[in-house]
Amino acid sequence: MTPEVLTLSETPWLYTGVMLVKIIVAFVATLLIVAYATYAERKIIGRMQTRMGPNMTGPKGLLQPIADGLKLFFKEDIIPSQAHWFAFILAPMMILAPAFISISVIPFGGDLQFSYDGILYAVPMQITDLNIGVLFIVAMAGLGVYGIVLAGLASNSKYALLGGIRSTAQMVSYELAVGLSIVAIFMLSETLSLRGIVAAQQLPLWGLESVSFIPNWYIFCQPLAFGLFVIGSMAEINRTPFDLPEAETELVSGFCTEYSAMKYALFFMAEYANMITVSAIATTLFLGGWGGPFYGWINFLIKVFAFMFFFIWIRATFPRLRYDQLMFLGWKIMLPLALVNIVITGIAILLW
Amino acid sequence: MAANTETMTINMGPQHPSTHGVLQLILELDGEIVVKATPHIGFLHRGIEKLSEHRTYHQTIPLTDRLDYLAPMSNNLGYVLAVEKLLGITDEIPERVQRIRVIMTELTRLKSHLVWLACHALDIGAMTVFLYCFRERECITDIYEKVSGARMTSNYFRVGGLADDLPDGLEGEIRTFVESMPAHVEEYEGLLTGNRIWQKRTIGVGEISAEAAIDIGITGPSLRASGVDWDLRRDNPYCGYEDYDFDVPVRTGCDTFDRYRVRLDEMRQSVRIILQALDKLKPGPILADCPKIVLPPKQDVVNNIESLIHHFKIVTEGFKTEPGEIYQGIEAPKGELGFYLIADGSAYPFRMKIRPPSFVNLQGLPQMVEGKLLADVIAVIGTLDIVLGEIDR
Repeated sequence: MTPEVLTLSETPWLYTGVMLVKIIVAFVATLLIVAYATYAERKIIGRMQTRMGPNMTGPKGLLQPIADGLKLFFKEDIIPSQAHWFAFILAPMMILAPAFISISVIPFGGDLQFSYDGILYAVPMQITDLNIGVLFIVAMAGLGVYGIVLAGLASNSKYALLGGIRSTAQMVSYELAVGLSIVAIFMLSETLSLRGIVAAQQLPLWGLESVSFIPNWYIFCQPLAFGLFVIGSMAEINRTPFDLPEAETELVSGFCTEYSAMKYALFFMAEYANMITVSAIATTLFLGGWGGPFYGWINFLIKVFAFMFFFIWIRATFPRLRYDQLMFLGWKIMLPLALVNIVITGIAILLW
Repeated sequence: MAANTETMTINMGPQHPSTHGVLQLILELDGEIVVKATPHIGFLHRGIEKLSEHRTYHQTIPLTDRLDYLAPMSNNLGYVLAVEKLLGITDEIPERVQRIRVIMTELTRLKSHLVWLACHALDIGAMTVFLYCFRERECITDIYEKVSGARMTSNYFRVGGLADDLPDGLEGEIRTFVESMPAHVEEYEGLLTGNRIWQKRTIGVGEISAEAAIDIGITGPSLRASGVDWDLRRDNPYCGYEDYDFDVPVRTGCDTFDRYRVRLDEMRQSVRIILQALDKLKPGPILADCPKIVLPPKQDVVNNIESLIHHFKIVTEGFKTEPGEIYQGIEAPKGELGFYLIADGSAYPFRMKIRPPSFVNLQGLPQMVEGKLLADVIAVIGTLDIVLGEIDR
């Protein structure tokens, strides 16, 4: 019996209910991962730096993220008198929202089947399967820039302004390289839907039966695009070694210098939410999404966490680039490489 | 169409995470490019030079701890050597004292360079090096604590000797630590030297030619990285440095990267010196035989009338010196640390002038950063290795 696909027109209540459950689960899971990503980062970097990390709040410091959140929540919310108050309040929301929205198009598991009223339904483990999913993600990443720019300008502080300017330049230029590196992926998959891209990666490598144990993950046929994507997205989410907009030792805290209390927490959450989003996108596009030896979403989470560990590891290892070197890398190295990669992929597709 | 542009003046410091204390820099920025940099100092001025005019020679030693607080024993040594030179008792200092002074000041050099490397790397964004360096620095502060009772403000050297002998077993502890040090330096190098980003951030940054460096009076590792082979330990030895076999690392890159490599090489040389000094360390007196200057042991004060009188006189009046002027410079971790004393025959110096290396080296900052990027300012402040306690005195 082939399962029916839930639609809004035929089973409106069931559809809405399932949708709400999916949204809540995805949102809560992301929030939880955000909270514990801060804990994990502190613990992992602590271990790498021969120190403890948080260990006093709760067993093994596990309540630390909650304590931090509570502390920031109860702090005085200062809006500098010279700041533009509306933009100042808007900025942290503008940076957090796109980070979470991108999660909505990411497939985190295979189809879930259940029967209701004697009919078998299949529910994709994805909030919504946009047929332009990749484009949507790129667009949301673009929106994230506005939050930082607004924060920098609205604070009316010179350090914040410098941070804002830096991040604008940085995110705009790296978005190009990231966007172009993704182009090669959907040239291969011939679809912009993330579900389709994951499905295309479940086949054996290059369709060869002899190596059927290796899946057709795009990291194998697009290693260059993968490298460009990872480096570019590190720059886009302002992680070390590209954390210039908030370079503590140069710009105090960059664009969030003037922020305090919950608004500051929102920036912080956005940074980690972005990290999760980027890891999820990289998993989906290059590492076969939820495919793997275990049950769907477990594979997915393992890959996402591996990526996040990688980002944290990088932070403990590398110094920070300088502004002009960052621009040089973005425009003169990564962008041409991404273009070359597209051309080569195109030729390869034509030939085979 | 000509765009209407204007420069932006930002006020970096005195409350800024990476001005290494309370240095204030007024930066005129054209975008991210520094047009003009003006250091403002004086936020940590405590008047140490003036205070010393109303204190006996011994009472000034604790004040010197607070000059370069990252290298207190070097300051102690510079001052104590100056007073000894003024008194003319330089040749009467026992050998054990000389050796221990060398061991402790070279440990101090390691300590100071470790903090420098930690902060410099942190400023450029390499966070892990910071904690690795402080891990080793902790061992040195422990040694400090065992020797002098204090972890930072040691106040250990005395005119004519030392406050106390090394505690039992400390020699072995110092040896163990020092022998482990080269491997740790390798560890820091592993994280930084070959790192492309580190190289990009430091090579060609903050260049200063040998001529310009000499004109300003830059000394220490910053001078040696500009290709000038000048080290007071070798060229104007004190404390018996001529007995030790060590190299003076010199590089010709004139930039931040070479200053970094010179300092790391200096750490290895310090290890060599300490090991030689430990080998040569023999039991012996820790105070010169100058009863009018050096405090007698407590046992003698109780049992011996002459010692009691000396003790009373030194504690209440201090000791008097011949009128005269002397200058004594030593190779402190940050460069030439000089003490210029004018004595008028009383128990107090008429004038004490300190030549702090950081103060002089800081003058190189504007010409090293002007025309460069904002991020380079941070790298240059780090590479100059300034300490505000010494600049403001």
